[in-house]
Amino acid sequence: MIELTHVSKEYPKRGYALHDVSFHIKKGEFAFLTGHSGSGKSTTMRLIHMAERPTRGEVRVAAFSSERVTERDLWKVRRRVGMVFQDFRLLPGRTAVENVGFALEVTGTPQKAIQSRANRLLTQVGLASKAGARVEELSGGERQRVAIARALVNDPYILLADEPTGNLDDRATRGIMDLFWDLNARGMVVLMATHDLELTRRHPHARFFELDQGKLVYDSATADPVAS
Amino acid sequence: MYAMREALAAFRRAPVLTGLSSGMVGLALFVVGLFSLSTYNLQIALSAIEERVEVVVYLRDDARQSEIDHLLGELAAFEEVSQVNYVSKRDALERAQRDLPEFGQLFIESEVNPLPQSLEVELRPGNRTPDVVEQVASSARNYPFVEDALYGEEWVDRLFALRRIGFASTAVLGLAFAMVAALIIGTALRIAIFARRDEIYIMRLVGARNGFIRRPFLLEGALAGLVGAVLAAALTYSTYRMVYAYLFEVAWIPGSWVGIGLLAGALFGACSSAVAIRRHLREV
Repeated sequence: MIELTHVSKEYPKRGYALHDVSFHIKKGEFAFLTGHSGSGKSTTMRLIHMAERPTRGEVRVAAFSSERVTERDLWKVRRRVGMVFQDFRLLPGRTAVENVGFALEVTGTPQKAIQSRANRLLTQVGLASKAGARVEELSGGERQRVAIARALVNDPYILLADEPTGNLDDRATRGIMDLFWDLNARGMVVLMATHDLELTRRHPHARFFELDQGKLVYDSATADPVAS
Repeated sequence: MYAMREALAAFRRAPVLTGLSSGMVGLALFVVGLFSLSTYNLQIALSAIEERVEVVVYLRDDARQSEIDHLLGELAAFEEVSQVNYVSKRDALERAQRDLPEFGQLFIESEVNPLPQSLEVELRPGNRTPDVVEQVASSARNYPFVEDALYGEEWVDRLFALRRIGFASTAVLGLAFAMVAALIIGTALRIAIFARRDEIYIMRLVGARNGFIRRPFLLEGALAGLVGAVLAAALTYSTYRMVYAYLFEVAWIPGSWVGIGLLAGALFGACSSAVAIRRHLREV
């Protein structure tokens, strides 16, 4: 489902953000991508989301390859890969249902179906009662749920979450993690980047990758440190 | 449908910003409008002067009527000539008494009419050039009963030199004003698009197609440009009315120029939006 083969990413001024990283996440897996700040987690997420292309190697996501997907066809990848962020990236001044509805509208959902589908998605993430609340009136956890509902508008195969609990308290974090596991139970691949090792320890069934200075140093599937 | 609704919604959601964009577009095009107004009136003034360009063929007193008729036919046969009028000695005298009243008494007291008979050759618009008038005058001078053929050679040359300078400065200044207007319009719309970068980001994030993202912004740009152009036309018209009422008589620019201005405003707006949005479409 997600396959990185000898992927390196080099920036002109920063040097290597990722160096020869390879891993394969199969259908139905839940995986954590951990590491310190600057270890390459966000770069990896951006490469999987195809917001950036690798300098070397290949990223394969579902049926799409970084070597073949053109800028013009990027929208097809985005409809298969949902993404949420630490800072939620919601439209301020709009309600929860408007934020989800906006994503539905711009991806071509018929006008008549938008309201009901947006409400259904908010119900799925446990936020039906706050559908009419403005983003500014929602707590951090609730905002993240709206962002997750928005990421689900295209029924993606994969959900990428870049530090989604970074701004949340313990209770909200548990709620979001439960939601991720629920989505994973329905067949969605979830890849979550986090620097919170304590959080990953609370989910021992998940797969666990660790990056250090752009290199993959641990993959729980092989159980041994990976020689990069 | 979505594109039009979103474009209109942008005006509603951020009326100050879109109003400022349209205002900047309007002021930029207002300068172009004022320039057009002065250029058009300069053109009219030059055309009015140009209309007076004609060749006058002075005939000897002993020229026979048949010879005069022959020459009149020859001159009228020129493609560039619109009309040839015969002015008799008596007509010339009457005209002189009427047009030059200060010499009226002199003409009355004179026993002999000193003025020659002549042929006045009028040229078609667009053919009143130094080359054409010289060609017509030369062919008339070939006849032995022609005293001379005059057209104010120096004056015509100067008029056409002035026309050439006018045309060149109009082209250069017009282009410069249009470029300045384009830059201002581009900046105004870039600010408006920058304010909505979050929306563009989210659209890209959830998989909206580039064309779908672009369309409302292009329409918004075109609308802002059009509103600005209407504002510029209104300001230019107000200026025209004031100049007409308090300073001197001027002519209003043709409707087609106004139409081109409105179209150019909308087009500039759409193009500026297209350039501005391209950068944002590469961000996610």
